[in-house]
Amino acid sequence: MKMYPLNNKLFTITANMEGWELFSNSLLPMITGAIQATIPLTLISFILGLVVALLTAMMRLSKSSLFRVPAAIYVSAVRGTPLLVQLFIIFYGLPSIGVTIDPFPSAVIAFTLNVGAYASEIIRASILSIPKGQWEAAFTIGMSKGTALRRIILPQAARVSVPPLSNSFISLVKDTSLASLILVAELFRKAQEIAARTYDFLLLYVEAAIIYWVICFILSLVQAALERRLDRFVAK
Amino acid sequence: MFLTIKGLAKSFGDNKVLKGIDVEVEKGQVLSIIGPSGSGKTTLLRCINALEQPDKGIITFDDGFEINFENKVSKQSIQSLRRKSGMVFQSYNLFPHKTALENVTEGPIIVQRRNSKEVKDIAEGLLEKVGLKDKMNLYPHQLSGGQQQRVGIARALAMEPELMLFDEPTSALDPELIGEVLNVMRDLVKEEWTMVFVTHEIQFAADVSDKVIFMDGGYIVEQGTPKEVLKAPKEVRTQQFLQRVLNPS
Repeated sequence: MKMYPLNNKLFTITANMEGWELFSNSLLPMITGAIQATIPLTLISFILGLVVALLTAMMRLSKSSLFRVPAAIYVSAVRGTPLLVQLFIIFYGLPSIGVTIDPFPSAVIAFTLNVGAYASEIIRASILSIPKGQWEAAFTIGMSKGTALRRIILPQAARVSVPPLSNSFISLVKDTSLASLILVAELFRKAQEIAARTYDFLLLYVEAAIIYWVICFILSLVQAALERRLDRFVAK
Repeated sequence: MFLTIKGLAKSFGDNKVLKGIDVEVEKGQVLSIIGPSGSGKTTLLRCINALEQPDKGIITFDDGFEINFENKVSKQSIQSLRRKSGMVFQSYNLFPHKTALENVTEGPIIVQRRNSKEVKDIAEGLLEKVGLKDKMNLYPHQLSGGQQQRVGIARALAMEPELMLFDEPTSALDPELIGEVLNVMRDLVKEEWTMVFVTHEIQFAADVSDKVIFMDGGYIVEQGTPKEVLKAPKEVRTQQFLQRVLNPS
């Protein structure tokens, strides 16, 4: 087999590497991909997504169909279509009507819209799960609906929504691997690039899987800590 | 007359819960509303601060404030109506994510925008008055039902309302905890708060009320002094109700 040196900055990897040497030398580029793309993509999309989700949840809880219907259509459209198709529409589709967006922002848009739709349902359900008496108690001390929501309902709904939102967040970490298909240089794309040169698909993809697993494991520890912190006012 | 309610009517769908209620409350007076469940007594109380919006009726206060529910009622007038009264709930409805003290200070600081240092002092005083100064930094789930209800009373008092509304404040309590809540309410009677109780505690109502209303089927069947209504009721329905409540076996 002819050996080609890898012709980019991952110069430590050559096509004849294998086994432990390949594994350890691939670690740095993959973690770099995670730090430069996977994690920022996840964080930015999740935070923006939560803002979209809160707005969407409020619209869906509104009395006016002027707000309710568009929000319901948005949620239905996002949940009813594959994430990969959404990514392709934004990155490969929009340029044909003159809208060209770089890979990373394309991915941010797609993931934000996704988180926004799914998390809006979580937030909506959490708000509805807070007993009506809490609203009433807030009203009787003179609060408006907005103040009651902000001061009384949302803090309690936040506690309820931590476990399902953490699930969404962890799913999002893994879903960002789809961004490799629109050329975002994230963790899994790095794995693919290296695998394309060394043909050691099993080792490199398992390595990528392990890194995802470690990230998600750390996140689940953060989730547990957050739940413990918020538990202080929950009846046991 | 401090508070006048005229022709109050409220339906939930086809179910007519209040069928034209007239009530008057004088300043400093204690009014108790009794009656079987489903008689509309809680709904009547909840109409006084528009937690339920009546379909019809006029609520007037002695300062000239008036709401006619047959007209379109603005958010502002509902808010003004709510500012007049404090409410104590059957299920306490304390804010579980706030300490006892924070439950009491929340309204004055956030809604009335009063000075938080002063409010804190006042709130501590109120918690002392209901016997819970030592528990003020605990969360509701760390308190017994009776303690939670006393915090609920302090929370309502902190808003300095003109009128206190009590919706079956002891109905969710274990029997041995009822006394501590009734004692706090007795103190308020001594301080001449204007209060409306919806209650099943007939003896308590007899002890503290200036006026008792017996409701059944969405109507006021009988009203008068505790002596008139509770000791010598004229209406058969009142007699039957008191018979059942006082001699359950």
